[in-house]
Amino acid sequence: MQVALMIPCYVDLFYPEVGVATLELLEKLKVDVVYPFDQTCCGQPMANSGCYEEAQTTEELLIQNFSAFDHIVTPSGSCTHHLRHKFTAAPDSPERRKISAGVYDLVEFLHDVLPVREFPGTEFKHKVALHTSCSAIRGIGLASMSERVHDPKFSKPKQLLERVPGIEFVDFERPDECCGFGGSFSVTEEAVAAQMGYDKVEFMRKAGADYIVSSDMSCLMHLQGCSSRLGTNLKVLHIAQILNGVTQ
Amino acid sequence: MSFRNTILENVRNNQPSARELPAIPKFHSEQSVDLKNQFTAALKELYGEVVTEPPADLKAFLKERFPSAKAICSTVPEYTGNSKPEDFTRWSDAGSIDVTIVRSPLGVAETGSVLFSEEEFRVNTIGFLAHDIVILLDPAEIVENIHDAYCHPHFQDKAYSLLMSGPSGSADIGGITVHPAQGVMTLTVIFWPRAQTETTQTV
Amino acid sequence: MSIVDQAENAAEFINDQTHEQHLDQLLWMLRTRRDEAASRVPEWEQLRDLASQIKEHTLSNLAHYLEMFESRAKANGVTVHWAQDAHEHNQIVYQLLSDRKVDELIKSKSMLTEECDTRRFLEGRGVRVSETDLGERIQQLDDQPPSHIVGPAWHKTTQDIANVFAKAYGSDKEKADPVYLAHVMRENTRPLIERARAGMTGANFAVAETGAIVTVTNEGNADLSGNVPELRICSVGLEKIIPRNEDLAVFVRLLTRSATGNSITQYTSHFRAPRQNGEMHIILVDNGRSSRLGMEKFWPSLKCIRCAACMNTCPVYRRSGGLSYGSTYMGPIGIIMMPTFDIRRYSELPFSSTLNGSCTNVCPVKINIHEQIYAWREVMEEKHQINLVKKGAMIVAGKVLSNPTLYRIAGDTMEASLKVLPRFAIYNQLNAWGQHRDIPPPAKETFHDWYRKHRSQATGREINR
Repeated sequence: MQVALMIPCYVDLFYPEVGVATLELLEKLKVDVVYPFDQTCCGQPMANSGCYEEAQTTEELLIQNFSAFDHIVTPSGSCTHHLRHKFTAAPDSPERRKISAGVYDLVEFLHDVLPVREFPGTEFKHKVALHTSCSAIRGIGLASMSERVHDPKFSKPKQLLERVPGIEFVDFERPDECCGFGGSFSVTEEAVAAQMGYDKVEFMRKAGADYIVSSDMSCLMHLQGCSSRLGTNLKVLHIAQILNGVTQ
Repeated sequence: MSFRNTILENVRNNQPSARELPAIPKFHSEQSVDLKNQFTAALKELYGEVVTEPPADLKAFLKERFPSAKAICSTVPEYTGNSKPEDFTRWSDAGSIDVTIVRSPLGVAETGSVLFSEEEFRVNTIGFLAHDIVILLDPAEIVENIHDAYCHPHFQDKAYSLLMSGPSGSADIGGITVHPAQGVMTLTVIFWPRAQTETTQTV
Repeated sequence: MSIVDQAENAAEFINDQTHEQHLDQLLWMLRTRRDEAASRVPEWEQLRDLASQIKEHTLSNLAHYLEMFESRAKANGVTVHWAQDAHEHNQIVYQLLSDRKVDELIKSKSMLTEECDTRRFLEGRGVRVSETDLGERIQQLDDQPPSHIVGPAWHKTTQDIANVFAKAYGSDKEKADPVYLAHVMRENTRPLIERARAGMTGANFAVAETGAIVTVTNEGNADLSGNVPELRICSVGLEKIIPRNEDLAVFVRLLTRSATGNSITQYTSHFRAPRQNGEMHIILVDNGRSSRLGMEKFWPSLKCIRCAACMNTCPVYRRSGGLSYGSTYMGPIGIIMMPTFDIRRYSELPFSSTLNGSCTNVCPVKINIHEQIYAWREVMEEKHQINLVKKGAMIVAGKVLSNPTLYRIAGDTMEASLKVLPRFAIYNQLNAWGQHRDIPPPAKETFHDWYRKHRSQATGREINR
């Protein structure tokens, strides 16, 4: 199976190791990965600010780079949600729709499309606070949400991570409350974003976590910043890194 | 000058495309429900109390429960109080009542609510300005849920109808419900079947 | 009026850690109680669907139901007035009082009267107005608007309230005990209620088939305001209409559980006709609702039943405090309603959100709140209500991100990355990220760089700058 790999702009610039882990993991799983080199961004930062005109050219570039592919995989629930449900800055076209129909978050791709249930050669002997982003939960349904009390409880990222020997999940308060990143919100409403991040880090620390793990690096970027400012020892890792064999 | 027609015209011009009114199910439980138990539990959650059998001596019961009560306003044949609602020509004077005793024609098991209207109160304020309220309720007149409750003719016919669920309280201070607020301090329901010969009370 | 800077107001609120923690914990407790209540109703999601459908049906036939309501109410002996805007509404109220030489009014909670600023209007004309709802009364005595639509004083600690009552009523400042304070309120309010000749309430619902209005309270103050005085005035927003009692049942089952987690409030009251020897007046109020009905993306906000579940769950509201929004309605529902009242003043509210979607999923009438917040951002941009510096940053971002070469050059050095990436997210200072958080650690190379080094040879593709 061939997929095109989409690397979120902030991963490209700040956490390339997450991109590397994603690529290596997919290759291990015998997926033929193509990385369109001229890619930049999914357009979300502009679109989320209401600046559709400014998002349009970026989104058109994405269509250009990716419309030849049936499957696009990205290690980001937030970019996936945007491309699947809010990819409307560029005019409607069969190519645009193809992108929306063919994009997958890495966890979805591993859990639903491949599907894969074993990760040989992996080990992670640590206590993990699993954080699933709001885009991942309420946007693309990677896990059940606490608001809908009668829905059966499930978590695709957890189901994958459970296959990694040694991993121990800690239960922390308010597990699906937003971490406070929210894109530009994290800077425009900085005090609230930080307070939300501090609270979440503190809940995780209290529960005994060593690592915060998520399928969204944007949340982790924010939580890492809050965690180190608070002076806690919590470290962050993207799920791709653990599934690709990182042990610490 | 009334803006009625302008408002209605604006509304008509702006209404979204027509959508259907759905059918509303009754949502009765598939298992059999012990209505008395459910009512009692629900009312307890709202700080009301249920007495499951009519006391042998109602006067003694009241004296024990409300030792300092002097002014008792009753609308029920089961008890003669020292005032009737009609005595309060100024509705605000009902604040002098210590205990109101009244019968409710309907209880709701889902929420522990009891129904009233001007038919039962005759002077509505006896239901809230009194210090305490004691309510006679025939257990045969308890319905399962709110959907059932709204079938009662009071909601179509009466000038004022009320689903009263526990004594008045407020959570406005720190989110903790405290009693009392503006209305009655305590609410007690006595399961008391209607007397066979009793006819429906009329105003 | 100046633009509300909700972010700055929120930062001030957070600085006061005692109050921020108090509010956050109180409201999260209510969210938890809401979850517990919903879990005890197996048909909860079905009720939400029904409630949404009933409201959408009604709003799509609103003129018909308004006329039905009016005609039934009139047949019941009620006088029905229509007010196009807040001023009209206040005028009608004042006229009713002054015609009867009434200069004192008790009222129960009504967000509509807050919207119309009725109390200030009447007080300016010599009418003494007393709130009978405990939360509203606290705020009235403290000369503050409500901070939450269900618990107007929830942002205050018990000590704050003890201080307010001590100042207003001479009660004991040291007794920061809710039960004691409730007694103080009761003792001071009872005489006002007993001598009142006019009472005013809002309405949670207005039932078209019977012409009745419905109030939902725990204190019974609407029942007192509606039954004790001879003159009763009731303010009803157009969108409060529902077709039948049968429909009312659905909302009554959802409302209190969503608001506080109790199955029902202490008093669910239905006023269909005047009391004996009394007069009842209903004022149907538009104040922008009929216009909002015509807004393709935003009319579903009219389904709102004022439960405030969205506020309780909103992580931003809980840490900002309701007063930070500078508006009658706050939190998620406030963000999507307030721009319809004043697009300029509330132009930044749609950005006081992380778009997390929790609000949409607790809303008992299934308003797509977070989607409307997103849609309002585009409206603000179209109507040039976006901060110019921010707009400038977005234009730069758009240029860089749509040009692969420019983007890769910008990503070359860490310093450049930091200039590009947060720049299109921020519009004030470069170091805003760093105020409360550590900046992301530098990456040695971008993924693009890594790929070029480690993979492009394998694929045999020539990759140039």
